[in-house]
Amino acid sequence: MRHTRGLLLAAMLAVPGIGQAFELSEWSTVTEAASGQTVYWSAWGGDSRVNGYIDWVAEQVEVRHDIELVHVKVGDIAETVGRILAEKSAGNTQEGTTDLLWINGENFAAMKERELLYGPWAEQLPNFSLTAPEQNPEVREDFTLPVEGYEAPWGRAQITFYYDSARVSEPPRSMPALLEWARENPGRFTYPKPPSFFGTSFLKQALLGLVKTPEVLYEPVDNADFEAVTAPLWRYLDQLHPHLWREGEDFPAGGPKMRQLMGDGSLSLAFTFTPSAPAAGVLDHQLPPSTRSYFLDDGTLGNVHFVAIPFNAQHKAGALVVANFLMSPAAQAHKQDLSVWGDASVLEMSRLSAEQREAFETDSRAAESLPPQAAGALLREPHPSWIEPLESAWRQRYGSQ
Amino acid sequence: MATLHLDNVQIHQGLQSLLSLDTAIAPGEIVTVMGPSGVGKSTLLAYIAGFLSPAFQASGQVRLDDTRLDTLPAEQRHLGLLFQDPLLFPHLDVEGNLAFGMRRGGERRERIRAALASVGLEAFARRDPATLSGGQKARVALLRVLLSAPRAILLDEPFSRLDAALRDEIRQWVFERVRDHHLPTLMVTHDEADARAVGGRILTLTKPDGSGNLYGREYGAPGS
Amino acid sequence: MTAALSYRLVIRTLPWLTIGLLSLPVLSGLAGALAPAFGWLPALGGEQLSLAPWRELARVPGLGEMLRLSLVSGLGSALISLAVVVLFLGSFLQSPVYRRLQGWLAPLLAVPHAAAAIGLAFLLAPSGWVMRIVSPWLTGLDYPPDFAFPGDDWGLALILGLVIKEVPFLLLMSLAALVQCRADERMMVARSLGYPPLTAFLKTVMPGLYPLLRLPVYAVIAFATSNVEVAMILGPTTPSTLAVAVVGWLHDPDLTTRFMASAGALLQLLVTLVALLGWWLVERLVVRLSRGWWQDGHRHCGERSLSLLARWAMRLVLGLMLLALAGLALWSVAGYWPFPQSLPWPPTLGNWQDAADGLLSPVTQSLAVALGATLLSLVLVLGSLEAETLRRRPLRPGAQLILYLPLLVPSVAFLFGLVMLQAQLGQQPGMLAVILGHAVFVLPYLFLSLAESYRRLDPRWAQQARSLGAGPWRVFMGVRLPMLLAPILTAAAVGFAVSIGQYLPTLLLGAGRVETVTTEAVSLASGGDRRLTAIHALLQLALPALGFVVALLLPRLLFRRRRGLLLSH
Repeated sequence: MRHTRGLLLAAMLAVPGIGQAFELSEWSTVTEAASGQTVYWSAWGGDSRVNGYIDWVAEQVEVRHDIELVHVKVGDIAETVGRILAEKSAGNTQEGTTDLLWINGENFAAMKERELLYGPWAEQLPNFSLTAPEQNPEVREDFTLPVEGYEAPWGRAQITFYYDSARVSEPPRSMPALLEWARENPGRFTYPKPPSFFGTSFLKQALLGLVKTPEVLYEPVDNADFEAVTAPLWRYLDQLHPHLWREGEDFPAGGPKMRQLMGDGSLSLAFTFTPSAPAAGVLDHQLPPSTRSYFLDDGTLGNVHFVAIPFNAQHKAGALVVANFLMSPAAQAHKQDLSVWGDASVLEMSRLSAEQREAFETDSRAAESLPPQAAGALLREPHPSWIEPLESAWRQRYGSQ
Repeated sequence: MATLHLDNVQIHQGLQSLLSLDTAIAPGEIVTVMGPSGVGKSTLLAYIAGFLSPAFQASGQVRLDDTRLDTLPAEQRHLGLLFQDPLLFPHLDVEGNLAFGMRRGGERRERIRAALASVGLEAFARRDPATLSGGQKARVALLRVLLSAPRAILLDEPFSRLDAALRDEIRQWVFERVRDHHLPTLMVTHDEADARAVGGRILTLTKPDGSGNLYGREYGAPGS
Repeated sequence: MTAALSYRLVIRTLPWLTIGLLSLPVLSGLAGALAPAFGWLPALGGEQLSLAPWRELARVPGLGEMLRLSLVSGLGSALISLAVVVLFLGSFLQSPVYRRLQGWLAPLLAVPHAAAAIGLAFLLAPSGWVMRIVSPWLTGLDYPPDFAFPGDDWGLALILGLVIKEVPFLLLMSLAALVQCRADERMMVARSLGYPPLTAFLKTVMPGLYPLLRLPVYAVIAFATSNVEVAMILGPTTPSTLAVAVVGWLHDPDLTTRFMASAGALLQLLVTLVALLGWWLVERLVVRLSRGWWQDGHRHCGERSLSLLARWAMRLVLGLMLLALAGLALWSVAGYWPFPQSLPWPPTLGNWQDAADGLLSPVTQSLAVALGATLLSLVLVLGSLEAETLRRRPLRPGAQLILYLPLLVPSVAFLFGLVMLQAQLGQQPGMLAVILGHAVFVLPYLFLSLAESYRRLDPRWAQQARSLGAGPWRVFMGVRLPMLLAPILTAAAVGFAVSIGQYLPTLLLGAGRVETVTTEAVSLASGGDRRLTAIHALLQLALPALGFVVALLLPRLLFRRRRGLLLSH
């Protein structure tokens, strides 16, 4: 019976294009269908390390699964979301140009709401169980939104502060301390301009560190008094801005630009979303060798990043196989290698064999620039509905100085 | 060889009549059209050769015996045109320039060599035309026209750019060749020495009379 | 079908194809942005017409400042560029300085906007090369100072970046125009009447030259008020120029922002039109006021000081450009290069080695797109120019305007609509769409570069060939093309360079599937690694340079024994 249904399904799926037919519950049909496909993966192309890693993935899936993986580099994944939207409006439901996209948070929420995603599929991937979702619920939740199998986790990030130890002896370890530090070191700290990813993340981090009842941030914004909840944040920023780089009248465009200012010596304190990024920056000659990194005492914002498949992807089987490969121990270990990318693994180490765990051994170079292992509680992302009001309130106050 | 007929040719610019001409040129005859610059001599040649600018309108017929030419595209009229500049194509060597006007097939190369030898330029076949002297260029230009097997020749101030010393020599040489080939020839010039050297019929285009017209007037025709 | 008939058919069709290629994408792109600007975009739930997007746009904080910035930087840079060019030509038209500069123009023009802007930012930033050279011995600074440049609120860095690209463009456009208005004769007459060079130029050449420069100047204004790359790299961020903001809104994760973005795109069109209208009015006024001055007999107008100013302004423009490029080269071989070290020491080839693997694909794709777009444009341009010889008259003013359409309509305004159209027609984004999109921008430049040489070719060459029995195809292939090979290759090199520099059309029409050195450079510029950015910017520069080298050497190689051909150009 099950077999017949599979055949029927296969016949139905075979209509738009030969080779598309597969059944998610039988993984071998997926890999079979994927063989020979070209998968277009839309992903941020702004970092040569990430690009290098994706190139490696392309080589691997070519050898292992006969899939040609093309990295479609974008400055902002919203560009791709817009294109998928345009395709939907044009009635293109079969031959989408994007097969896989790197996404999380706000973009995921928008796409899911507008039914631009294929799924659910993520929990049926053979490697998904290695993430041990019962122990690590964050792989099933994206900015408080339940993922429900519409995207697969492939990496994690946490806000990490870093500073030049040749110029700073005691970096600030909380939001109020940061204000004090900025007063004493005018022009040596800044944050990227919202609504850039890093900029908005800083607003959320500051908000989490300043509100009395953070629980409200995990509910939709409509349930709260936005003005009252965020008032401490604006008071804080009003005080902070005059002591920032360019006196807060100008902000860097994004996290990488902030790293560049650190490399120039214009800033002596900055932050990133990848805990290993400062160490990697030292290895790449982008940051001074005296760079050190740390987490705030009360913890910093962290999240998991995902890959999703558009509803109209032309090569879904190929995309599924790539997503599964991204969660494999080999791919995750290579990604965590400091000389490759340094992005943290989403796998639960206890689910791996001793041999697989060995691959995760860390690089000893630039180790002094890595944040201390034990520190830093992970703060969950607020509900995504907070983002838009935060960004527009910021724009209203500081966007046009 | 055929006779070149210009039957009641009239050229207008808008409502204004520029010139009118009615004559026939026998094989081997050289007819000279004279007049100061600006009276439309070159317009006449352009009309006969098939390059009349759309700004002008023409009536009448151009014939070679019974073949009407004025309805044919320029490249099918087989009228050899020689300008005051030799206009040797700078991207081709001397041989290439000569070959340009010849039909395909036949012993092209041999005929080119023979033609060059006849003017003492046999060693110049592969030369860059830019390296030739003025006289040599003029000779190659005429050879190119003759090798293209024209049925009549049109000369547009052909000697005016040559040094005075060379002019006589080239002039005599050209006229000889044209007569040797028994080709009807029309020469346009403002230089009376050219006309004298030909010694044939002279048509003079004069500045307009009161009506603003230009017209051709035929003088004595000692050659015919 | 006879050869002559096929020739007429083909040659009469190509101008129409040219007009189609230039106008259809622009007009349909604008139409595509129009509907969402008034609330119509069913995919986003916009199913009735409304003014809401415009109301939302009006509420954007700092909108007035954005408009001011776009207008001031656009008009300011155009005015400065035109002044520098005019004063320079007036002072040095008949001097060796001018002749020496001519050889530099085409290569300078080939420097892509993004590369020039990245280089200029490297040079003038607080941690830039200039500050490093004077620190700490002169400034006493061990760390970069905290001044806002580039990115100053006034947009001065932006204006400077635009000027160093616009001056070579206007100079190149004047080359042809000067010949056309017989500048040399006008100068000789005026100077023999006792006018010194600059005054002679302003009083006798300018009245004839400006009408020929008008469209290029308008193209400069349109570009300067609406460009994205330069403003992104050198312009202020709080707020940015309108064009940069519009691109930001197009990419906003909140998809409903697209309604406002479409309204913004149309507002950008309006801003550019207002700038052009304002310039046109001032132009009228200046002409009216100068009539008396032309004939008042005064023979001096601050000749000495203005000439000096022109010379130094030109040196500054060229010097900044060259230093900016040198800075790119240094960053590409730098290891960790802290302030205030003047030179990266020790230099390393590691950056190039690390990048090498990733360079092959963008380089080959850039080449494929640029060659395709250039070839397509070349065929259309040659066809259109050949059609002129058939009709024996140059372009009508209307056709001239169509030629400038893609240069006058801001590309942000029509590209978004074009992407919508592309999806609606079910056309797959990719190489073909990108090549067509590039051709829209390549064709005008190619036409402008080639037209003058083509029209100047003595018609007697063709007449001579036809009287020798050559049909129209043979005249075209066997006489015009080889005789014009050098200018054709130069024009093709200009077109090639324009294609290499395109960012927005590559990104939008290729759906990111086509990666060129320029899309890589701009996306890396957002990643902030100066070494990699420099490498890509240098490649952006190297490819067009290669094109110019080929254009220069190929005719010399093919015609090394054809002196007459090489001397005539």
